Amino acid sequence: MTAMLNIKDLRSYYGQVQALHGLSFALNEGSLTTLLGANGAGKTTTLRAICNMVRSTGAIEFDGSSLMGRSTESIVRLGIAHVPQGRGTFTSLTVEENLQLGAISRRDRAGIIADIERMYGYFPVLKERYTQQAGTLSGGEQQMLAVARALMLKPRLMLLDEPSFGLAPLIVRDLFKILGRINREEKVTILVVEQNAQLALELADQAHVIETGRIVMSGGAKEIANNEDVRKSYLGY
Amino acid sequence: MELFTNQILAGISTGAIYACMALAVVMIYQAIDHLNFAQGEMAMFSTFISWQMMQWGVPYWLAFVLTLIFSFIAGIAIERVLFKPLAKAPILTNVAGFIALYSIINSCAGLIWDFTIKQYPTPFGSAPFLGSQLISTHQAGMIGITLLMLLGLFFFFQYTRMGLAMRAAAAMPESARLVGINTSWMIALGWGMAAAIGSVAGMMIAPVVFLEPNMMLGVLIYGFAAAVLGGLTSPFGAVVGGFLVGIFENLVGTYIPGVGNELKLPIALALIITVLVIKPAGLFGRPIVKRV
Repeated sequence: MTAMLNIKDLRSYYGQVQALHGLSFALNEGSLTTLLGANGAGKTTTLRAICNMVRSTGAIEFDGSSLMGRSTESIVRLGIAHVPQGRGTFTSLTVEENLQLGAISRRDRAGIIADIERMYGYFPVLKERYTQQAGTLSGGEQQMLAVARALMLKPRLMLLDEPSFGLAPLIVRDLFKILGRINREEKVTILVVEQNAQLALELADQAHVIETGRIVMSGGAKEIANNEDVRKSYLGY
Repeated sequence: MELFTNQILAGISTGAIYACMALAVVMIYQAIDHLNFAQGEMAMFSTFISWQMMQWGVPYWLAFVLTLIFSFIAGIAIERVLFKPLAKAPILTNVAGFIALYSIINSCAGLIWDFTIKQYPTPFGSAPFLGSQLISTHQAGMIGITLLMLLGLFFFFQYTRMGLAMRAAAAMPESARLVGINTSWMIALGWGMAAAIGSVAGMMIAPVVFLEPNMMLGVLIYGFAAAVLGGLTSPFGAVVGGFLVGIFENLVGTYIPGVGNELKLPIALALIITVLVIKPAGLFGRPIVKRV
Protein backbone atom coordinates (compact mmCIF):
# COMPACT_ATOMS: atom_id res chain seq x y z
CA MET A 1 0.00 0.00 0.00
CA THR A 2 1.19 3.49 -0.82
CA ALA A 3 1.01 6.32 1.66
CA MET A 4 -1.53 8.95 0.73
CA LEU A 5 -0.40 11.42 3.35
CA ASN A 6 3.16 11.46 4.55
CA ILE A 7 4.24 13.67 7.45
CA LYS A 8 7.91 13.94 8.35
CA ASP A 9 9.58 15.82 11.18
CA LEU A 10 6.69 18.24 11.60
CA ARG A 11 7.34 21.15 13.99
CA SER A 12 4.58 23.67 14.60
CA TYR A 13 4.59 26.91 16.51
CA TYR A 14 2.03 29.23 18.09
CA GLY A 15 4.05 32.42 18.29
CA GLN A 16 7.11 31.47 20.37
CA VAL A 17 5.54 28.31 21.73
CA GLN A 18 6.42 25.09 19.98
CA ALA A 19 3.51 22.63 19.93
CA LEU A 20 4.85 19.83 17.73
CA HIS A 21 8.40 18.55 18.13
CA GLY A 22 9.28 16.55 15.04
CA LEU A 23 6.18 14.50 14.51
CA SER A 24 6.13 11.86 11.76
CA PHE A 25 3.54 9.41 10.50
CA ALA A 26 1.91 8.24 7.29
CA LEU A 27 -1.66 7.49 6.28
CA ASN A 28 -2.48 4.71 3.85
CA GLU A 29 -5.11 5.24 1.20
CA GLY A 30 -8.47 3.93 2.41
CA SER A 31 -7.42 3.66 6.05
CA LEU A 32 -9.29 4.93 9.06
CA THR A 33 -6.74 6.22 11.50
CA THR A 34 -7.13 7.75 14.92
CA LEU A 35 -4.78 10.07 16.77
CA LEU A 36 -4.90 9.59 20.52
CA GLY A 37 -3.37 11.71 23.20
CA ALA A 38 -3.99 13.78 26.29
CA ASN A 39 -5.12 17.40 26.25
CA GLY A 40 -2.43 19.62 24.80
CA ALA A 41 -0.48 16.74 23.27
CA GLY A 42 -0.75 18.26 19.80
CA LYS A 43 -3.62 16.39 18.15
CA THR A 44 -5.51 19.43 16.97
CA THR A 45 -2.29 21.15 15.99
CA THR A 46 -1.41 18.19 13.76
CA LEU A 47 -4.71 18.54 11.87
CA ARG A 48 -4.30 22.31 11.64
CA ALA A 49 -0.75 21.90 10.33
CA ILE A 50 -1.95 19.62 7.53
CA CYS A 51 -4.24 22.46 6.33
CA ASN A 52 -1.55 25.10 6.91
CA MET A 53 -3.48 26.86 9.65
CA VAL A 54 -0.51 27.04 11.98
CA ARG A 55 3.11 28.00 11.25
CA SER A 56 5.08 24.80 10.69
CA THR A 57 8.31 23.39 9.37
CA GLY A 58 9.05 19.88 8.16
CA ALA A 59 7.43 17.97 5.31
CA ILE A 60 3.79 17.13 4.58
CA GLU A 61 3.15 15.31 1.32
CA PHE A 62 -0.24 14.47 -0.13
CA ASP A 63 -0.12 12.08 -3.10
CA GLY A 64 3.57 12.80 -3.38
CA SER A 65 3.30 16.58 -3.67
CA SER A 66 4.20 18.93 -0.85
CA LEU A 67 1.51 20.84 1.05
CA MET A 68 3.99 23.15 2.79
CA GLY A 69 3.46 26.81 1.96
CA ARG A 70 0.15 26.23 0.16
CA SER A 71 -2.87 28.27 1.26
CA THR A 72 -5.54 26.56 3.34
CA GLU A 73 -8.15 26.90 0.61
CA SER A 74 -5.91 25.40 -2.06
CA ILE A 75 -5.12 22.44 0.21
CA VAL A 76 -8.84 21.89 0.75
CA ARG A 77 -9.37 21.98 -3.00
CA LEU A 78 -6.97 19.04 -3.39
CA GLY A 79 -9.66 16.94 -1.69
CA ILE A 80 -8.79 17.31 1.99
CA ALA A 81 -11.91 18.06 4.03
CA HIS A 82 -11.34 19.31 7.56
CA VAL A 83 -14.06 19.29 10.21
CA PRO A 84 -12.54 21.56 12.84
CA GLN A 85 -13.06 21.61 16.57
CA GLY A 86 -16.35 23.38 17.26
CA ARG A 87 -17.55 22.05 13.87
CA GLY A 88 -17.11 25.26 11.86
CA THR A 89 -20.81 25.46 11.08
CA PHE A 90 -22.00 28.58 9.24
CA THR A 91 -24.52 29.29 11.97
CA SER A 92 -26.26 32.24 10.30
CA LEU A 93 -26.87 30.30 7.07
CA THR A 94 -29.41 27.56 6.40
CA VAL A 95 -28.68 23.84 6.51
CA GLU A 96 -28.91 23.59 2.74
CA GLU A 97 -26.62 26.60 2.25
CA ASN A 98 -24.08 24.90 4.52
CA LEU A 99 -24.17 21.84 2.28
CA GLN A 100 -23.89 24.02 -0.84
CA LEU A 101 -20.84 25.66 0.69
CA GLY A 102 -19.22 22.28 1.21
CA ALA A 103 -19.35 21.82 -2.55
CA ILE A 104 -18.40 25.42 -3.41
CA SER A 105 -15.17 24.37 -5.13
CA ARG A 106 -16.97 21.86 -7.37
CA ARG A 107 -18.33 22.67 -10.80
CA ASP A 108 -20.70 19.75 -11.47
CA ARG A 109 -24.14 21.19 -10.72
CA ALA A 110 -26.05 17.92 -11.19
CA GLY A 111 -23.56 16.02 -9.05
CA ILE A 112 -23.93 18.54 -6.24
CA ILE A 113 -27.73 18.23 -6.21
CA ALA A 114 -27.45 14.45 -6.19
CA ASP A 115 -24.90 14.58 -3.37
CA ILE A 116 -27.13 16.79 -1.23
CA GLU A 117 -29.84 14.16 -1.57
CA ARG A 118 -27.30 11.49 -0.67
CA MET A 119 -26.40 13.43 2.51
CA TYR A 120 -30.08 13.59 3.42
CA GLY A 121 -30.00 9.79 3.03
CA TYR A 122 -27.16 9.49 5.54
CA PHE A 123 -28.66 12.10 7.88
CA PRO A 124 -32.46 12.21 7.45
CA VAL A 125 -32.77 14.82 10.21
CA LEU A 126 -30.96 17.35 8.00
CA LYS A 127 -33.62 16.98 5.32
CA GLU A 128 -36.33 17.85 7.83
CA ARG A 129 -34.44 21.00 8.74
CA TYR A 130 -32.98 22.10 5.42
CA THR A 131 -34.38 25.66 5.47
CA GLN A 132 -33.57 26.14 9.14
CA GLN A 133 -30.67 28.30 10.33
CA ALA A 134 -27.82 25.94 11.11
CA GLY A 135 -27.19 27.69 14.44
CA THR A 136 -30.58 26.50 15.69
CA LEU A 137 -29.68 22.81 15.29
CA SER A 138 -28.78 20.71 18.30
CA GLY A 139 -25.15 19.79 18.90
CA GLY A 140 -25.57 16.34 17.41
CA GLU A 141 -27.36 17.68 14.36
CA GLN A 142 -24.66 20.29 13.88
CA GLN A 143 -22.00 17.60 13.99
CA MET A 144 -23.91 15.60 11.37
CA LEU A 145 -24.14 18.75 9.27
CA ALA A 146 -20.40 19.31 9.64
CA VAL A 147 -19.63 15.77 8.46
CA ALA A 148 -22.13 16.10 5.60
CA ARG A 149 -20.63 19.46 4.62
CA ALA A 150 -17.17 17.92 4.54
CA LEU A 151 -18.42 15.04 2.36
CA MET A 152 -19.91 17.52 -0.12
CA LEU A 153 -16.35 18.32 -1.16
CA LYS A 154 -16.03 14.73 -2.44
CA PRO A 155 -12.90 14.50 -0.34
CA ARG A 156 -10.22 11.84 -0.65
CA LEU A 157 -9.09 12.54 2.87
CA MET A 158 -11.25 13.67 5.75
CA LEU A 159 -9.82 15.15 8.95
CA LEU A 160 -12.12 15.15 11.96
CA ASP A 161 -11.30 16.99 15.17
CA GLU A 162 -13.11 15.47 18.14
CA PRO A 163 -16.41 14.66 16.46
CA SER A 164 -17.78 13.26 19.72
CA PHE A 165 -17.23 16.46 21.68
CA GLY A 166 -20.30 17.48 23.64
CA LEU A 167 -22.55 14.79 22.19
CA ALA A 168 -24.69 12.22 23.97
CA PRO A 169 -23.18 8.69 23.89
CA LEU A 170 -25.95 7.24 21.69
CA ILE A 171 -25.51 9.99 19.12
CA VAL A 172 -21.75 9.43 19.13
CA ARG A 173 -22.31 5.72 18.36
CA ASP A 174 -24.54 6.60 15.39
CA LEU A 175 -22.08 9.15 14.12
CA PHE A 176 -19.17 6.73 14.33
CA LYS A 177 -21.16 4.05 12.50
CA ILE A 178 -21.74 6.49 9.69
CA LEU A 179 -18.04 7.42 9.63
CA GLY A 180 -17.23 3.72 9.27
CA ARG A 181 -19.68 3.43 6.37
CA ILE A 182 -18.23 6.49 4.67
CA ASN A 183 -14.77 4.99 4.97
CA ARG A 184 -15.82 1.62 3.53
CA GLU A 185 -18.45 2.61 0.98
CA GLU A 186 -17.08 5.88 -0.32
CA LYS A 187 -13.42 4.93 0.05
CA VAL A 188 -12.66 8.14 1.94
CA THR A 189 -9.48 7.99 3.97
CA ILE A 190 -10.23 9.28 7.46
CA LEU A 191 -8.02 10.71 10.17
CA VAL A 192 -9.93 11.28 13.38
CA VAL A 193 -8.67 12.96 16.55
CA GLU A 194 -10.54 11.70 19.60
CA GLN A 195 -10.68 12.03 23.34
CA ASN A 196 -13.02 9.07 23.47
CA ALA A 197 -10.20 6.57 22.94
CA GLN A 198 -12.25 3.45 23.42
CA LEU A 199 -14.76 4.32 20.74
CA ALA A 200 -12.08 5.61 18.39
CA LEU A 201 -10.09 2.39 18.69
CA GLU A 202 -13.20 0.29 17.96
CA LEU A 203 -13.80 2.31 14.82
CA ALA A 204 -10.27 2.72 13.49
CA ASP A 205 -7.93 0.26 11.86
CA GLN A 206 -4.76 2.26 12.60
CA ALA A 207 -3.83 4.33 15.63
CA HIS A 208 -1.06 6.71 16.66
CA VAL A 209 -0.47 7.96 20.18
CA ILE A 210 0.84 11.53 20.61
CA GLU A 211 2.64 12.79 23.69
CA THR A 212 4.01 16.32 23.94
CA GLY A 213 4.15 16.86 20.21
CA ARG A 214 5.69 13.53 19.21
CA ILE A 215 4.31 10.16 18.12
CA VAL A 216 5.21 7.70 20.86
CA MET A 217 3.39 4.64 19.60
CA SER A 218 1.90 3.48 16.29
CA GLY A 219 0.19 0.37 15.13
CA GLY A 220 -3.03 -1.43 14.35
CA ALA A 221 -5.97 -0.23 16.40
CA LYS A 222 -6.51 -3.63 18.04
CA GLU A 223 -2.88 -3.95 18.97
CA ILE A 224 -2.84 -0.45 20.48
CA ALA A 225 -6.06 -1.16 22.35
CA ASN A 226 -4.43 -4.19 23.96
CA ASN A 227 -1.30 -2.34 24.95
CA GLU A 228 -0.96 -2.13 28.71
CA ASP A 229 0.24 1.50 28.84
CA VAL A 230 -2.43 2.74 26.48
CA ARG A 231 -5.09 0.95 28.46
CA LYS A 232 -3.91 2.53 31.67
CA SER A 233 -3.49 6.03 30.28
CA TYR A 234 -6.34 6.40 27.82
CA LEU A 235 -8.87 3.64 28.38
CA GLY A 236 -8.86 3.63 32.14
CA TYR A 237 -8.74 -0.10 32.93
CA MET B 1 -50.97 67.34 4.41
CA GLU B 2 -49.46 67.91 1.00
CA LEU B 3 -46.35 69.33 2.63
CA PHE B 4 -46.13 66.21 4.78
CA THR B 5 -46.45 63.80 1.82
CA ASN B 6 -44.00 65.92 -0.09
CA GLN B 7 -41.44 65.73 2.70
CA ILE B 8 -41.89 61.96 3.09
CA LEU B 9 -41.32 61.42 -0.63
CA ALA B 10 -38.32 63.75 -0.68
CA GLY B 11 -37.04 61.87 2.36
CA ILE B 12 -37.38 58.55 0.57
CA SER B 13 -35.46 59.84 -2.44
CA THR B 14 -32.48 61.16 -0.44
CA GLY B 15 -32.91 58.15 1.83
CA ALA B 16 -32.21 55.97 -1.20
CA ILE B 17 -28.78 57.60 -1.46
CA TYR B 18 -28.12 57.17 2.27
CA ALA B 19 -29.18 53.56 1.88
CA CYS B 20 -26.56 53.07 -0.84
CA MET B 21 -23.82 54.65 1.26
CA ALA B 22 -24.87 52.70 4.34
CA LEU B 23 -24.89 49.48 2.35
CA ALA B 24 -21.40 50.19 0.99
CA VAL B 25 -20.15 50.90 4.52
CA VAL B 26 -21.77 47.75 5.90
CA MET B 27 -20.36 45.55 3.13
CA ILE B 28 -16.82 46.60 3.98
CA TYR B 29 -17.54 46.46 7.70
CA GLN B 30 -18.76 42.88 7.33
CA ALA B 31 -15.65 41.91 5.40
CA ILE B 32 -12.92 43.56 7.49
CA ASP B 33 -14.60 44.86 10.69
CA HIS B 34 -13.66 48.47 10.03
CA LEU B 35 -15.66 51.52 9.03
CA ASN B 36 -14.51 52.94 5.71
CA PHE B 37 -14.27 56.69 6.36
CA ALA B 38 -13.17 57.17 2.76
CA GLN B 39 -16.31 55.61 1.28
CA GLY B 40 -17.76 59.04 0.46
CA GLU B 41 -14.56 60.30 -1.10
CA MET B 42 -14.31 57.19 -3.26
CA ALA B 43 -17.88 57.88 -4.44
CA MET B 44 -17.04 61.53 -5.07
CA PHE B 45 -13.99 60.60 -7.15
CA SER B 46 -16.05 58.15 -9.19
CA THR B 47 -18.62 60.88 -9.80
CA PHE B 48 -15.88 63.18 -11.07
CA ILE B 49 -14.68 60.43 -13.41
CA SER B 50 -18.17 60.14 -14.89
CA TRP B 51 -18.41 63.93 -15.15
CA GLN B 52 -15.05 64.06 -16.95
CA MET B 53 -16.18 61.42 -19.41
CA MET B 54 -19.35 63.38 -20.12
CA GLN B 55 -17.22 66.51 -20.67
CA TRP B 56 -15.37 64.50 -23.31
CA GLY B 57 -18.67 63.75 -25.00
CA VAL B 58 -19.47 60.29 -23.68
CA PRO B 59 -23.27 59.82 -23.38
CA TYR B 60 -24.69 59.70 -19.83
CA TRP B 61 -25.56 56.02 -19.51
CA LEU B 62 -22.33 54.85 -21.12
CA ALA B 63 -20.39 57.07 -18.71
CA PHE B 64 -22.53 55.63 -15.88
CA VAL B 65 -21.65 52.04 -16.75
CA LEU B 66 -17.98 52.80 -17.39
CA THR B 67 -17.81 54.55 -14.01
CA LEU B 68 -19.31 51.50 -12.29
CA ILE B 69 -16.61 49.34 -13.86
CA PHE B 70 -13.89 51.84 -12.97
CA SER B 71 -15.09 52.05 -9.35
CA PHE B 72 -15.27 48.27 -9.03
CA ILE B 73 -11.69 47.87 -10.21
CA ALA B 74 -10.46 50.84 -8.15
CA GLY B 75 -12.13 49.41 -5.03
CA ILE B 76 -10.33 46.11 -5.52
CA ALA B 77 -7.04 47.93 -6.15
CA ILE B 78 -7.38 49.97 -2.94
CA GLU B 79 -7.98 46.80 -0.93
CA ARG B 80 -5.06 44.95 -2.50
CA VAL B 81 -2.57 47.81 -2.14
CA LEU B 82 -3.57 49.41 1.15
CA PHE B 83 -5.82 47.27 3.33
CA LYS B 84 -4.72 43.72 2.58
CA PRO B 85 -1.29 44.45 4.10
CA LEU B 86 -3.08 46.02 7.11
CA ALA B 87 -5.40 43.05 7.64
CA LYS B 88 -3.66 41.91 10.83
CA ALA B 89 -2.70 45.40 12.03
CA PRO B 90 -4.33 47.01 15.10
CA ILE B 91 -7.55 49.00 14.71
CA LEU B 92 -5.88 52.40 14.98
CA THR B 93 -3.49 51.56 12.14
CA ASN B 94 -6.49 50.83 9.96
CA VAL B 95 -8.23 54.02 11.06
CA ALA B 96 -5.11 55.98 10.11
CA GLY B 97 -5.17 54.21 6.75
CA PHE B 98 -8.78 55.22 6.14
CA ILE B 99 -8.14 58.85 7.11
CA ALA B 100 -5.09 58.93 4.85
CA LEU B 101 -7.14 57.50 2.00
CA TYR B 102 -9.84 60.10 2.69
CA SER B 103 -7.52 63.07 2.41
CA ILE B 104 -5.50 61.64 -0.48
CA ILE B 105 -8.60 61.17 -2.63
CA ASN B 106 -10.07 64.50 -1.55
CA SER B 107 -6.88 66.42 -2.37
CA CYS B 108 -6.33 64.60 -5.64
CA ALA B 109 -9.85 65.46 -6.78
CA GLY B 110 -9.25 69.08 -5.81
CA LEU B 111 -5.95 69.09 -7.66
CA ILE B 112 -7.36 67.61 -10.85
CA TRP B 113 -10.77 69.26 -10.99
CA ASP B 114 -10.34 72.14 -8.44
CA PHE B 115 -12.80 73.04 -5.70
CA THR B 116 -15.32 75.10 -7.64
CA ILE B 117 -18.88 73.83 -7.70
CA LYS B 118 -19.95 72.15 -10.93
CA GLN B 119 -23.33 71.35 -12.42
CA TYR B 120 -23.98 67.65 -12.81
CA PRO B 121 -26.58 66.40 -15.27
CA THR B 122 -29.52 64.17 -14.44
CA PRO B 123 -30.73 61.67 -17.02
CA PHE B 124 -34.26 61.87 -15.66
CA GLY B 125 -34.89 65.61 -16.01
CA SER B 126 -36.40 67.64 -13.20
CA ALA B 127 -40.00 68.00 -14.34
CA PRO B 128 -42.82 67.01 -11.95
CA PHE B 129 -43.09 63.21 -11.85
CA LEU B 130 -46.28 61.98 -13.58
CA GLY B 131 -47.65 65.51 -13.42
CA SER B 132 -47.55 65.49 -9.63
CA GLN B 133 -46.00 68.36 -7.71
CA LEU B 134 -45.01 65.99 -4.93
CA ILE B 135 -41.85 64.57 -6.45
CA SER B 136 -39.60 65.36 -9.39
CA THR B 137 -38.59 62.92 -12.09
CA HIS B 138 -35.02 63.00 -10.81
CA GLN B 139 -36.12 62.05 -7.30
CA ALA B 140 -38.25 59.25 -8.74
CA GLY B 141 -35.30 58.13 -10.84
CA MET B 142 -33.04 58.09 -7.78
CA ILE B 143 -35.49 55.82 -5.98
CA GLY B 144 -35.92 53.62 -9.04
CA ILE B 145 -32.20 53.14 -9.68
CA THR B 146 -31.53 52.38 -6.03
CA LEU B 147 -34.33 49.84 -5.79
CA LEU B 148 -33.14 48.19 -9.01
CA MET B 149 -29.62 47.93 -7.63
CA LEU B 150 -30.78 46.63 -4.24
CA LEU B 151 -32.88 44.00 -5.96
CA GLY B 152 -29.92 42.95 -8.08
CA LEU B 153 -27.70 42.70 -5.00
CA PHE B 154 -30.33 40.71 -3.16
CA PHE B 155 -30.51 38.15 -5.97
CA PHE B 156 -26.74 38.03 -6.23
CA PHE B 157 -26.23 37.31 -2.54
CA GLN B 158 -29.23 35.03 -2.11
CA TYR B 159 -29.19 32.94 -5.27
CA THR B 160 -25.68 32.77 -6.73
CA ARG B 161 -22.81 30.60 -5.58
CA MET B 162 -20.45 33.56 -5.58
CA GLY B 163 -22.86 35.48 -3.38
CA LEU B 164 -23.12 32.53 -1.02
CA ALA B 165 -19.32 32.27 -0.88
CA MET B 166 -19.05 35.98 -0.05
CA ARG B 167 -21.61 35.69 2.74
CA ALA B 168 -19.79 32.66 4.13
CA ALA B 169 -16.41 34.41 3.99
CA ALA B 170 -17.80 37.44 5.83
CA ALA B 171 -19.61 35.39 8.48
CA MET B 172 -16.94 32.81 9.29
CA PRO B 173 -13.64 33.33 7.47
CA GLU B 174 -11.88 30.27 8.89
CA SER B 175 -14.72 27.89 8.06
CA ALA B 176 -14.93 29.47 4.62
CA ARG B 177 -11.28 28.67 3.96
CA LEU B 178 -11.94 25.10 5.09
CA VAL B 179 -14.49 24.60 2.32
CA GLY B 180 -12.02 26.00 -0.20
CA ILE B 181 -13.14 29.62 -0.47
CA ASN B 182 -10.40 32.16 -1.17
CA THR B 183 -11.53 34.58 1.54
CA SER B 184 -8.89 37.15 0.69
CA TRP B 185 -10.37 37.61 -2.80
CA MET B 186 -13.89 37.67 -1.39
CA ILE B 187 -12.84 40.69 0.70
CA ALA B 188 -11.39 42.39 -2.38
CA LEU B 189 -14.58 41.65 -4.28
CA GLY B 190 -16.58 43.18 -1.42
CA TRP B 191 -14.49 46.34 -1.70
CA GLY B 192 -15.07 46.46 -5.44
CA MET B 193 -18.82 46.09 -5.03
CA ALA B 194 -18.95 48.64 -2.20
CA ALA B 195 -17.05 51.14 -4.36
CA ALA B 196 -19.45 50.55 -7.26
CA ILE B 197 -22.51 50.97 -5.02
CA GLY B 198 -21.02 54.18 -3.63
CA SER B 199 -20.41 55.50 -7.13
CA VAL B 200 -24.09 55.04 -7.96
CA ALA B 201 -24.95 57.05 -4.85
CA GLY B 202 -22.50 59.77 -5.91
CA MET B 203 -23.80 60.02 -9.46
CA MET B 204 -27.42 60.12 -8.27
CA ILE B 205 -26.92 62.75 -5.56
CA ALA B 206 -24.56 64.99 -7.56
CA PRO B 207 -27.37 66.82 -9.43
CA VAL B 208 -28.85 67.70 -6.02
CA VAL B 209 -25.79 68.69 -3.98
CA PHE B 210 -23.66 69.76 -6.99
CA LEU B 211 -20.30 68.33 -7.88
CA GLU B 212 -17.27 69.34 -5.78
CA PRO B 213 -14.65 67.45 -3.77
CA ASN B 214 -16.50 67.82 -0.45
CA MET B 215 -19.92 66.89 -1.77
CA MET B 216 -20.09 63.49 -0.06
CA LEU B 217 -19.10 64.53 3.46
CA GLY B 218 -22.65 65.12 4.67
CA VAL B 219 -24.00 62.21 2.67
CA LEU B 220 -21.48 59.83 4.24
CA ILE B 221 -22.34 60.97 7.77
CA TYR B 222 -25.99 60.28 7.02
CA GLY B 223 -24.89 56.97 5.57
CA PHE B 224 -23.08 56.15 8.83
CA ALA B 225 -26.16 57.19 10.79
CA ALA B 226 -28.26 54.88 8.61
CA ALA B 227 -25.83 51.99 9.03
CA VAL B 228 -25.72 52.44 12.81
CA LEU B 229 -29.51 52.78 13.01
CA GLY B 230 -30.14 49.64 10.94
CA GLY B 231 -27.28 47.72 12.50
CA LEU B 232 -23.73 47.47 11.17
CA THR B 233 -24.05 43.71 10.90
CA SER B 234 -27.16 43.79 8.71
CA PRO B 235 -27.14 44.87 5.04
CA PHE B 236 -30.93 44.81 5.08
CA GLY B 237 -30.93 46.98 8.20
CA ALA B 238 -28.57 49.45 6.52
CA VAL B 239 -30.99 49.91 3.64
CA VAL B 240 -34.00 50.34 5.89
CA GLY B 241 -31.93 52.68 8.07
CA GLY B 242 -31.07 54.75 5.00
CA PHE B 243 -34.70 55.36 4.12
CA LEU B 244 -35.63 56.07 7.74
CA VAL B 245 -32.83 58.58 8.16
CA GLY B 246 -33.81 60.30 4.91
CA ILE B 247 -37.41 60.69 6.04
CA PHE B 248 -36.38 61.70 9.56
CA GLU B 249 -34.01 64.36 8.23
CA ASN B 250 -36.70 65.93 6.07
CA LEU B 251 -39.43 65.88 8.69
CA VAL B 252 -37.19 67.36 11.38
CA GLY B 253 -35.98 70.06 8.99
CA THR B 254 -39.54 70.96 8.08
CA TYR B 255 -41.47 70.74 11.32
CA ILE B 256 -39.05 71.59 14.09
CA PRO B 257 -38.50 75.34 14.07
CA GLY B 258 -34.92 76.48 14.08
CA VAL B 259 -33.59 73.36 12.41
CA GLY B 260 -32.52 74.64 9.05
CA ASN B 261 -29.82 73.27 6.82
CA GLU B 262 -27.24 74.32 9.40
CA LEU B 263 -28.48 71.90 12.04
CA LYS B 264 -29.18 68.94 9.77
CA LEU B 265 -25.75 67.35 10.17
CA PRO B 266 -25.69 67.58 13.97
CA ILE B 267 -29.03 65.81 13.91
CA ALA B 268 -27.50 62.89 12.04
CA LEU B 269 -24.69 62.75 14.59
CA ALA B 270 -27.13 63.01 17.48
CA LEU B 271 -29.04 60.10 15.93
CA ILE B 272 -25.84 58.01 15.82
CA ILE B 273 -25.15 58.71 19.49
CA THR B 274 -28.75 58.02 20.52
CA VAL B 275 -28.81 54.65 18.76
CA LEU B 276 -25.42 53.69 20.16
CA VAL B 277 -26.58 54.46 23.68
CA ILE B 278 -30.05 52.90 23.51
CA LYS B 279 -29.63 49.98 21.12
CA PRO B 280 -25.96 49.54 20.16
CA ALA B 281 -26.66 46.68 17.75
CA GLY B 282 -29.13 48.79 15.76
CA LEU B 283 -32.64 47.88 14.70
CA PHE B 284 -31.74 44.74 12.76
CA GLY B 285 -28.21 43.97 13.87
CA ARG B 286 -27.05 41.06 15.94
CA PRO B 287 -25.45 41.99 19.24
CA ILE B 288 -21.79 41.18 19.03
CA VAL B 289 -20.75 38.69 21.66
CA LYS B 290 -17.11 37.85 22.03
CA ARG B 291 -16.09 34.67 23.83
CA VAL B 292 -13.24 35.27 26.22
